[in-house]
Order: sequence, then C-alpha cells, then structure tokens
Amino acid sequence: MSPQGGTPTTRKIVLDGLWHNNPIFRQILGICSTLAVTNLVLNTVVMCTSLTLVTALSCLTVSLLRHWTPRNIRMMVQTLIIAFYVIIVDLILKAYWPQMSRNLGPFVGLIITNCIVMGRCEAFAGSNKPIPSLIDGFFNGLGYSFILLGIALSRELLGMGTVLGFKIPWFTEHWDKWVIMVMPPGAFFTLAVMIWICRSIKPKEQKA
Amino acid sequence: MSLNQEMWAALVVCFSAVFTQNILLTTFLGMCPFTSVSREVKTSMGLGAAVVFVMTCTTILNWMAYHWILVPLGLEFYRFILFIIIIAAFVQFVEMLIDRYSPKLYQNLGIFLPLITVNCAILGASLFMVIRDYTLIVTVGWGFGAGLGWFLAILAMAGIRQKLNAARIPAGLQGPGITLIIAGLMALAFIGFTGVLG
Repeated sequence: MSPQGGTPTTRKIVLDGLWHNNPIFRQILGICSTLAVTNLVLNTVVMCTSLTLVTALSCLTVSLLRHWTPRNIRMMVQTLIIAFYVIIVDLILKAYWPQMSRNLGPFVGLIITNCIVMGRCEAFAGSNKPIPSLIDGFFNGLGYSFILLGIALSRELLGMGTVLGFKIPWFTEHWDKWVIMVMPPGAFFTLAVMIWICRSIKPKEQKA
Repeated sequence: MSLNQEMWAALVVCFSAVFTQNILLTTFLGMCPFTSVSREVKTSMGLGAAVVFVMTCTTILNWMAYHWILVPLGLEFYRFILFIIIIAAFVQFVEMLIDRYSPKLYQNLGIFLPLITVNCAILGASLFMVIRDYTLIVTVGWGFGAGLGWFLAILAMAGIRQKLNAARIPAGLQGPGITLIIAGLMALAFIGFTGVLG
C-alpha cells in the first residue's frame, strides 16, 4: 500500500490482496453488489468470476492509460473503463448463458459501482506499472471471491441442504433446513460471522 | 392500464419498496455508505435525505433516457454507461445549484452529494426499474419508495449504533461486524411486513 515507495513485490501484492488487506474483512468494500446472489453457490461463482475479471482488466487498462489521463477527470475515465468491461461481461452472459443472466438480474451491471473495482483502480493501478496492477486487481478479486464463496457455501448448505444443486447426504435427511439462511437476513449474519472469524485470527492488526 | 390503476400500482410499488423489498435490507445495495456513515443520526439524516431526492429524480430521468432514446435506437446494452453519466451529471448539477442558492443547505447536504454518485443503490434502482418494466408513473413511486426505504434503514441503524457505544462487544466483532448483525435483525423485522399490502 505504498505507491510512493516504488512498486511492491509480487509476493506482497498477492498476500495483501488475499489476506492482509483483504477487500471484505479489512476494507469492508464492495459487498453491495454481490451479497445478494450468495444464496446459491453457482450464482456466486459466476458473479465472482465476472468481478475478478473486470477488476483485473480494468486495473490493467487504467494503469496503461495512467500517463494520458488528466488528474481531474480520472474518476470519470475509470468509471467508463469499468463500464466497458462490465458491458462485455453482460453481453457474453446474455449470449451464452441467458438463464444465468436472468438469475443475476441487475447485479452484473452493478459491478460498475462496486467499490472494490474503483478502489483498486484509484489506490493502486493509477500509480503503478501495468503488470503489477493486473496482478493486484486479480488477487484482490480472488480475496473477495473466497470470502463470498464461503458465505454462499454455508448459506446453501444450511438453508437448502445442497451444494451447487447436489444433495449432500447427511444434510437432506437429518437436517432441519434453516430457511432464514436463504433469505436476506441470513447473508447479513453469515457475513458478520465470517468477519468475526477472520478478524479474530489476527487481532493484532485489527484496524479497519 | 387506466391512469387510476396505474396510480394504485405506483402506490403499492412504493410501499413494498419501503418495507418488504427494502433496497438495502433485501438486495444489500448501498452497503458501503451504510456501514461507514451510520455512526451519527445527524449525518445519516443528511445522507438519507440526499439519497431520497437523487434516487427519485434519477430513476425518472433514466426511465426517460432509456425508453425514449435507447430503446428506439436499439442500444439497450449502453444503459450502464448512460445511467452512470446521467446520475453523475445530475448530482453535479444539483450540487452547483444548492451551492449557488442555499449555502446553508449545501453545508448540511453538500458533502454527501459526491458520495452518492458511487452509491450502488442509485444505479441499482434504475437497473431494477428497467428489468421490471415499470411504467413512468410506477417508476416515480418506485424511485421515491426505494429512497425512503434506504433513508429509514440508515436512520434506524444510526440510532441503534449510538446506543451501542456503551455496549461491550467482542473485539473481532466491533465496527462492521456488529453493524451487519444489527442489519440482519432489522432485515428480519422488515420481512414481517410481507403481505400487508398487495
């Protein structure tokens, strides 16, 4: 996180994105647009893949254009770059997987306003070389995805007794389905518990 | 649909947007400012009011832009970019207007306006409006209702969080963690409104 002190090493970027500076439980960014689809694992996988791709590619593009972007309109330029990639993802989904596109509804479009994408472009890609920016965007996306996948897994398993639509043996017979997990409040509780666990593992750096 | 029916539909949509389908508590839009700004009642009032105003106006503007410009041209997939530009331009315009004519209001509301441009709830409201095929009149109800729902949620949260200052919370759960748990409880309460109207 020190743009002035030269480009950080790849190892540091990767670890920062995945854990030390994880977008969700350290920065509390960008839960808006993705939390809504975490009631099914499959939806989450598609959504997280899209988000990771968009973040990585937008970071790359922003970084490539950083010398030609005037400071005062950089936010607008970044937004347009992000919107460009989101439109591509949206069109691809509509063309090859219309069912999924309908399931996700407006949430694909909402990747544009996801604070993570913008945050990484602004905090890292705007002042670093293209390749580290690509790596940074990609691993921040991954760090984000694994938390959300954790949420989706627990919600689908506890709420419906399935994972990716497959029935899990013990859960279908001996488990009273927690309907609340599939409903919106379940997402809030699961995310809170995830944050609690992750922050308790390393309470020393507990500064958000 | 006659005008009368449409007004009724708008009212129903408005009501459900405030309570049963609260944009914050059921679709999690606008979480970022929700967790970071909800520390004080006064600031969340300001932000909430700004959201109600901007959301109502931008959904209407976006409806017009979508149905009168993009659909005739067959360019529906450009809606993401168009909506964002309209929202950003509108917010900028309002900011200048308030600054010029009401410095006092600007002091209270002005700092929140730039924040709103990147608020997912604003764009989300417009995208929902497109996907659900609302008519113009219903859109007015929807935009206002969704904004009001967000306003209510952040206000209630700020009130609760002020009381929390005196509570003892486990270290890992402080800040965002406990906010999310409260939001979950609030969402439960709001689900209780299901079936009241329509």
